[in-house]
Amino acid sequence: MVHRSSVPMHWRLYESRYNLVGNKCLVCGEFFYPSKIVCPNCRRRGILKRVVFSGKGKIYSYTIIRNAPRGFEKYAPYVVAIIELDEGPRVMGWIVDSKISDIKIGQRVSVVFRKIYEDGKEGLIHYGFKFRVIDENNQLRD
Amino acid sequence: MRNVAVVGIGETAFGEHWEKSLRALAVEAGIAAIRDANIEGADIEAMYIGNMSAGKFIGQEHLAALAVDQAGLVGIPSSRLEAACASGSLAFRQACLAVASGEYDIVIAAGAEKMTDLQTEDVTTTLMGAGDQEWEGWLGMTFPGLYALMARRHMYEYNTTREQMALFSVNGHKNAALNPKAQFPFEITVEDVLNSPLVADPLRLLDCSPVSDGAAAVIIASEDVAKRFENPIWLIGSGQATDNLALHDRKSLTSLRATKIAAKRAYEQAGIAPEKIDVAEVHDCFSINGLVALEDLGFCERGKSGKFVEDGNIERGAAVSINTSGGLKAKGHPVGATGISQIIEIVKQLRGECGKRQVPAEFGLTHNVGGTGATVVVNIFGKELKER
Ligand SMILES: [Zn+2]
Repeated sequence: MVHRSSVPMHWRLYESRYNLVGNKCLVCGEFFYPSKIVCPNCRRRGILKRVVFSGKGKIYSYTIIRNAPRGFEKYAPYVVAIIELDEGPRVMGWIVDSKISDIKIGQRVSVVFRKIYEDGKEGLIHYGFKFRVIDENNQLRD
Repeated sequence: MRNVAVVGIGETAFGEHWEKSLRALAVEAGIAAIRDANIEGADIEAMYIGNMSAGKFIGQEHLAALAVDQAGLVGIPSSRLEAACASGSLAFRQACLAVASGEYDIVIAAGAEKMTDLQTEDVTTTLMGAGDQEWEGWLGMTFPGLYALMARRHMYEYNTTREQMALFSVNGHKNAALNPKAQFPFEITVEDVLNSPLVADPLRLLDCSPVSDGAAAVIIASEDVAKRFENPIWLIGSGQATDNLALHDRKSLTSLRATKIAAKRAYEQAGIAPEKIDVAEVHDCFSINGLVALEDLGFCERGKSGKFVEDGNIERGAAVSINTSGGLKAKGHPVGATGISQIIEIVKQLRGECGKRQVPAEFGLTHNVGGTGATVVVNIFGKELKER
């Protein structure tokens, strides 16, 4: 896929994908990840401020991808979940380094920095966030 | 606005048409609709065509011009509409609005998709264009995966079972066995679904609609013109709505907000309640979406769709006959054609032309979803013109 090889397309998202940077509306107080261009509640009257998310949250739903799209074949099967971040917004990401029996709705997770995929042998290597299971005290499981 | 009716219908069989190109499929459906309406090509004043991704499936854009060109209708205005799997319904709505406005008296609305020229991995990638590429597609998410997230949540919130979801596919196949246009005209069992390979847990292969080629077309006419036709089927209510593009941005994973908004509008326009609908084609791209549709369209209470299906309420002639064509699962899902094809099934049911799968029907409904519900169109049809 040609668009995947575009450097600027991914460079624009580095900060947000590497450091879980989103924003918050100072008028209505809602947190957004990924960043909103316009606050959907306040629109032009909203004031959006950059926020670094804690990366802690819990599993809202999850699946195991067994039929992968082009570029991800060699990683399948892999777990993709919707995570509800402690600050409020939900985000989609893989769950890695965790026992499959620990992956369930409501389970606490924490963000990790990982390779997402390689664009072929000569293309870009994309990095970003994934999640792993933690316990109620925000500690890693053995 | 003027009343409008469907006065002609035509479609190709759905399936793997290796011998037919996109243009050949579209022309075949269009000619069938013109023949059914018993009009001349020259009577058609404008064309609207729904297509999701010919650019990626076969490298062809500018489909609106291609379609009139190949049909021998060069000169008339032609427009392509895109809203992922709801593209066909958008074409239909635009066509109806154009006739209702008074601009045209007779137009054609079509939908077409050629999906089988790509390998499966590339089809999966292309379909993912209906989601959010920056935040869903980039990490290797797939459409079965997105609907699996909804299914898992529905099971968690409402104790919906794997068997109940499977029953939706079983119902579709039972009907498709009586539909010569269907891609899979044979019956399956709950065990077949539960033993089919996992695609994205908890969804299995037989929960998923197939990769298909196909085209469908309808002729739409204004009230005065439609009354000159033998058997016009009237559009008595129509709604279209949107929701957040990315699934994770939605407030709920177990209900499609856009379905509720579109359905409310359509029911209000038609002046009827969900209980009055006899037959409906709902968007079962995945079995779970069929269940969610039953709730959002008001056929059963929220969270109760599993039980509703289990109790036999969606079978032919029951509370509401669902997907008598076979639905997306068993009739096939050439994405851009699906919305028009659903309308054709409802028109045939209301005309009484469905043969062995015919059910008694006065009012019919179509429900067409784009992506994971970011676009939804709901149409209601009746045999009689509603007085305005
Ligand atoms: Zn705000």
